[in-house]
Amino acid sequence: MLEIKNLHVKLEEEDKQILKGVNLTVEAGKVHAIMGPNGSGKSTLSYVLSGKDGYEVTEGSATLGDVDLLDIEPEERAAAGLFLAFQYPVEIPGVGNMTFLRTAVNSQRKARGEEEMSSTEFLKVVREKAKSLKIDADMLKRPVNVGFSGGEKKRNEILQMAMLEPKMCILDETDSGLDVDAMKLVADGVNALRDEGRGFLVITHYQRLLDHIKPDVVHIMANGRIIKTGGPELALEVEHNGYADLMAEEA
Amino acid sequence: MSLPQLKLDATEARIAALDLPTDGWAAPARADALARLRVMGLPGARDEYWKYTRPETLTAVEAPVAAVFAAEETPVFGTVDRLKIVFTDGVFDAEASDDLSLEGVEIARLADSADIHWAKDLYGALETAGQTPVMRPLATLNTAFASDGVLLRVTGKVSKPIALIYNHASEASDAILHHVVKVEQGGDVTLLESGPAAARFNNVLEVEVADGAGFHHVRAQGRDHQRRAATHIFARLGTESAFKTFTLTANGVLTRNEVVVELTGDDALCHVAGACMGDGEFHHDDTVFITHDAVNCESRQVFKKVLRNGAQGVFQGKILVKPGAQKTDGYQISQSLLLDGDSQFLAKPELEIYADDVACSHGSTSGAIDEDGLFYLRARGLPRGIAEDLLTIAFIAEAVMEIESQELQDEINARVEAWLERRRG
Ligand SMILES: Nc1ncnc2c1ncn2[C@@H]1O[C@H](COP(=O)(O)OP(=O)(O)O)[C@@H](O)[C@H]1O
Ligand SMILES: [Mg+2]
Repeated sequence: MLEIKNLHVKLEEEDKQILKGVNLTVEAGKVHAIMGPNGSGKSTLSYVLSGKDGYEVTEGSATLGDVDLLDIEPEERAAAGLFLAFQYPVEIPGVGNMTFLRTAVNSQRKARGEEEMSSTEFLKVVREKAKSLKIDADMLKRPVNVGFSGGEKKRNEILQMAMLEPKMCILDETDSGLDVDAMKLVADGVNALRDEGRGFLVITHYQRLLDHIKPDVVHIMANGRIIKTGGPELALEVEHNGYADLMAEEA
Repeated sequence: MSLPQLKLDATEARIAALDLPTDGWAAPARADALARLRVMGLPGARDEYWKYTRPETLTAVEAPVAAVFAAEETPVFGTVDRLKIVFTDGVFDAEASDDLSLEGVEIARLADSADIHWAKDLYGALETAGQTPVMRPLATLNTAFASDGVLLRVTGKVSKPIALIYNHASEASDAILHHVVKVEQGGDVTLLESGPAAARFNNVLEVEVADGAGFHHVRAQGRDHQRRAATHIFARLGTESAFKTFTLTANGVLTRNEVVVELTGDDALCHVAGACMGDGEFHHDDTVFITHDAVNCESRQVFKKVLRNGAQGVFQGKILVKPGAQKTDGYQISQSLLLDGDSQFLAKPELEIYADDVACSHGSTSGAIDEDGLFYLRARGLPRGIAEDLLTIAFIAEAVMEIESQELQDEINARVEAWLERRRG
C-alpha cells in the first residue's frame, strides 16, 4: 500500500539532511509502528509524505498504491487516501469544526469524482462517530481545535480520520499528552477503523500506545534511518533497554 | 488663519460648480455649512488627516469617470424583508422604492422638505460637532450641497430594516446625499445601505440615539471597481443606548469611511466594525473617532482588511476618553491579511485618555495567510483555493460577528464568499 524507497530529505532552507535513506513498506490491513528517539526524523517523514512545504526530497520515492505521492499536492494526497493525524493539530480560529469536516469530506469526494455527502447524511454520520469518541456537540461547533485540550485535539484528529475513511493512516505521536483514559478512547477509535483494506503507520515515542493498538511490525528510527525492524517484541525491548543499545549496534 | 492659495482656489472652484439650495427648513444650516467650508477649505494632500489617502479625486470639480458595473447576480440583502428606498446616481427613484410608510418610524426626504421639520435641529448639527478636534470638510460640503437624503424619526421598535439602495447608472455621476436619523427614547431601528451610488459618492449620515434607544446599521459598499466614495457617519449616543455599525466594502478604487461617535450618556454601547476586500486598484480608508464623555460606556472598533495585488488599506482610529468618563471600556483592533507582497496596510491607532479608571486596549497587525493552518486544511483534502478562502472568511469573522442580526451576518458572509469564489474562478 505505502511504499517508501530510499527516501532522502533535507531542509529546503538549510543544508541539513534529515532523512537519510528510509525504506519502508506498509501492507494493506497491517499496522506498522515507528519508534525512535526525539529528533530522529519521525515527524519529518510524516510531513514529507503528506506534502508540507519546507522539505526537499533529494533521493528516493514514496507511493500509495499506484500514486506517486511526492509528485502531487497535499490535497491530492489526501484525496488519494493518505491521512496524517498531526502531532500538533493546528488551531484555526474562525473556522467551525463542522464546516471544516464537511468541506474536507466533500472536497475529497469531489476530487475522486464521487457524489458529495448531503448535510443531513453528514450530520447523522458525524454525530454517531463523535459520540463514540466522546466529542460533544459543543466541540463540534467550536472553531477547529481552538481552546481544545491536548486530549480533545487528538480525539478530533481521530474523528477526522473516521469521517474521511482514508486508505493509509499515519498517526504522529497521537498518544503524547494523553492520560490513560484518553489514550484508551483514541486507541478504540483507531482499532474501530482497522480493516483489511487499510494500512496504519503509528509513530510513537513510547510503547504504551502499542499495548492498545497492537502492531504487526515495529521499526526503530534513529538519525534519519530505520535501523531495526521486528515484531511487537521489539517495542518491549526498547521499553526496557532504551534506544541506546540499538543505536550503538547500528554505529 | 487664512488658507493657502491653492487650497482656497480648489475649494472655491468646487463650490462654484455646485448649487446651494436656498429654500426650506435646511437653508440656514446649508448656508452655515458653506461659510464653514470656506474657512476650513477642502482636504489637501498635505493635511495630516489625509496622510495615507489622496483626497484630490474626492474634491475635484468633476467626478472621475467610473464605468457602470453590470447588475449584480444576487443583490445584497435581497432576501431580507425590508423597506426599500432607492436612489439612482443620487436621485430618488419613487418607482423602485416602497411606500415610505412603516410603523414606528416617520420617513421623509430631505428634498421634500417644507419650512418646518423635526430634523432642523439635527441637520448639520452633529456634523458641526464632529469637526473638532479634526476637520472633516467633505462632510461640511455635503451639509451645504446635499441634493437629497432620508429623514427618519424612530419612535418605536421598527419591525423590519429600512434599506437605502444606491444604484449607479451614469459614468460621470456625482451624488451627494445626507441622511438624518433620530431614534427617540425606546426606539430601535436597523438601517441598511447598499450599492455603489454613483461614480463619486459623498454620503453623510447623522444619527442621534436617545436614552435607551438602539440603532443598527449594516452597509455593503460595492462592487463597481472604479467608483469613489467619501462617507461620514456622525452619531451622538444617550444613556443606555446602543449604536452598532458594520460596513463591508468590496472593490472600489477609492473609499474613505469616517465614523465619528460621541458617547454622551452613561452606560452606552458603541460598536463600529468593518471588513473590506480589495484586489488590485483599491484603496480603502477607515477613519474612526470615538469620544467617551460619559461614565461606564463601552466602545469597540473591529476592522479587517483583505488585500491583494497591490490593494491598499488604511486605518486611522482614535479613542478619546474625556475627563470624568470613568469606567470606560474601549477596544480597538485593526488587522490586515495581505495575500501577496504588493499589498499594503497602514494603521494609525491612537488612544487619548484623561480619566484614570478606564480599560482601553488597541492593536494592529498585518500578516500573510497562516501557512500551518493552510497546510492542515490541505492535508485534509481542501484544495488550496478553498482552504485560503476559508481562512480569509475566518479572518473577517471577528468583524462580521459584530453585527447583531444573524440574518444580516449571513447576508454579509454570503457576499464575502461570492467575492472570493469569483476570484478563484
Ligand atoms: N522545519 C524544520 N526546521 C528546522 N529543523 C527541522 C525542521 N523540521 C525538522 N527539523 C529537524 O530535523 C530533525 C528531525 O525532527 P523531527 O522529524 O521532528 O523528529 P521526531 O519527530 O523524530 O522527533 C530534528 O533535528 C529537527 O530539529
Ligand atoms: Mg515528532
